[in-house]
Amino acid sequence: MTDIPAAVLEPEAAPQLTAEERWRALKTVSPGDVVYRSVLTVLALILPLLLVLIAAELVANALPAASKFGLAFLTHSTWDPVSGEFGALPLIFGTLYSSVVALVIAVPLALACAIFLTEFAPRWLRTPVGTLIELLAAVPSVIYGLWGIFVLIPLLRDHLWRVGRHLLGWLPFFSGPFYGPSVLAAGVILSIMILPYIAAVSREVLLAVPPAQREAGLALGGTRWETVWRVILPYGRAGIIGAVILGLGRALGETMAVTMVIGNRHEVALSLLQPGYTIAAAIANEFSEAVSDMHLSALFLVGAVLFLITVVVNALARLLVWRVARGSAVGSTAV
Amino acid sequence: MMHGRLARRLTGSVMTGLTYGAAALAILPLAVILGMLIVKGAGSIDLNFFIKSAAAPGEAGGGFSHAIVGTLIIVSLACVVGVPVGVATGIFLAEFGGGQFGFVVRFIADVLNGVPSIVIGIFAWTWLVRPMGHFSALAGGCALAIILVPILARTTEEMVRLVPNSLREAALALGYPRWRTSLVVVVRTAAAGIVTGCLVAIARVAGETAPLLFTALGNQFFSTRLKGAMAALPLQIYVYALGPYDEWHRQAWAGALVLIVLVLALSLVARSVVRAKRQHA
Repeated sequence: MTDIPAAVLEPEAAPQLTAEERWRALKTVSPGDVVYRSVLTVLALILPLLLVLIAAELVANALPAASKFGLAFLTHSTWDPVSGEFGALPLIFGTLYSSVVALVIAVPLALACAIFLTEFAPRWLRTPVGTLIELLAAVPSVIYGLWGIFVLIPLLRDHLWRVGRHLLGWLPFFSGPFYGPSVLAAGVILSIMILPYIAAVSREVLLAVPPAQREAGLALGGTRWETVWRVILPYGRAGIIGAVILGLGRALGETMAVTMVIGNRHEVALSLLQPGYTIAAAIANEFSEAVSDMHLSALFLVGAVLFLITVVVNALARLLVWRVARGSAVGSTAV
Repeated sequence: MMHGRLARRLTGSVMTGLTYGAAALAILPLAVILGMLIVKGAGSIDLNFFIKSAAAPGEAGGGFSHAIVGTLIIVSLACVVGVPVGVATGIFLAEFGGGQFGFVVRFIADVLNGVPSIVIGIFAWTWLVRPMGHFSALAGGCALAIILVPILARTTEEMVRLVPNSLREAALALGYPRWRTSLVVVVRTAAAGIVTGCLVAIARVAGETAPLLFTALGNQFFSTRLKGAMAALPLQIYVYALGPYDEWHRQAWAGALVLIVLVLALSLVARSVVRAKRQHA
């Protein structure tokens, strides 16, 4: 209150003020405003600063390995800390492969969930089912890993694979013996973990489709399914692709659950039944036990590669989702 | 013609049915995981589990008290460091975030939210552990804070935005300067929502393991020293799950049950408050 001139509050007491001057007095910014805004701006600067610092720190520490191995680092498969030879191909391949497996399983399911929750489910069912699916995202990674080791892997190996072998055994993706820890197990765990993200963001995207689109589809004589498939999904396409890419970003960087079930072997294998390795898992396993400075630097280099991939993937996803649901917090708050 | 119509209807029904099936299939893992945790974990939870710390490897007995206390300490540290920054950034985004700088900060918050937690872990190692020369709970707390800030910034922004403009206008009309309007009227109205946002963010970081691997490191002994290695629930579960002893596996399940009850309770409370708020707004 104190910042406003008395003349404004009691115009009668100061009749010499014209209307125009009174307006100007009202518009003055109080010193408190300047301080408030500056403090908030400085604190808001911390986030961009952090991103720059993280990038700089990764690059600086990765430099020795980057200058020694060059681009060959990305295409070689030897990872030998003892002789100091490092090639990250198996790590990069494993990261991408397990994530793709996860997407193949999760995307159709998540989309179907989103469609169910926005179009078909009875109203009373939407909130509870939506909450349950979102709670999947709240389960800590290490618990997925624990469950993967003691429940999922035995289930896959001793039960599902006994049946599946006869159907799928001829495919190159399912060749060789199956001991348990494998790219397949990692992909299945990852698909469960990213499903809630893809479902939640797709749901928001579908909710943002204007009702007029839906009504027009139905008015043209389409069934409810045809309206969903031919009108609503194409309308929200950009956002849904964004949701899928967001899920991909999660899968690429997931650490604990994958480390616990993927088998941790530096090898490029097409068979999903073979053990593999991912960038995040390699860092988790080897970082605190790095045998040499070069080993550490190589781990920083793969870390930098992972950082770069996830930043690009996330930036792309946000821009796509924002195009549909502009500037909203959709999907950003881990739902 | 009739056949075509029938086929279309049939497709519609089948696909609708499939979406029901997909929703059921998506919920199944949650049910199975919770069920397994209760079946395998509940039996091992007794008083000793909460008051004793780890027994010698392979020996029966012992508990998780050091890990539970460690998690509480590390998460509190993360809040002390992260909450002020996160909330302030959120208020900034809601109140002054219309311009280009606001767009950049919002965008970077979302991008940072997607950076793998293991990368945050090695960053915290280079910044805090390496210069200090030893692992510490302090470094672990800071690593978690880096994960906390972007989440909190975005939920706070959303909550502050929900405050109706008429309230803001009323305060300005009464002669409040903008900063007091923002702090005393807008932020106070959104306070419940902001607290909820904190709960959501805490639930998320409390279960994080990867950023603690090279910062807090873990500890088999009870410790409250902030400058030393400290145990945490997720770390202890990780070590015990991969260990060779049945006793460890049994305790890992019990620890996981405690952790998930903590995390799910936090997120369920937060969710119900947020939902009530949104409907109100």
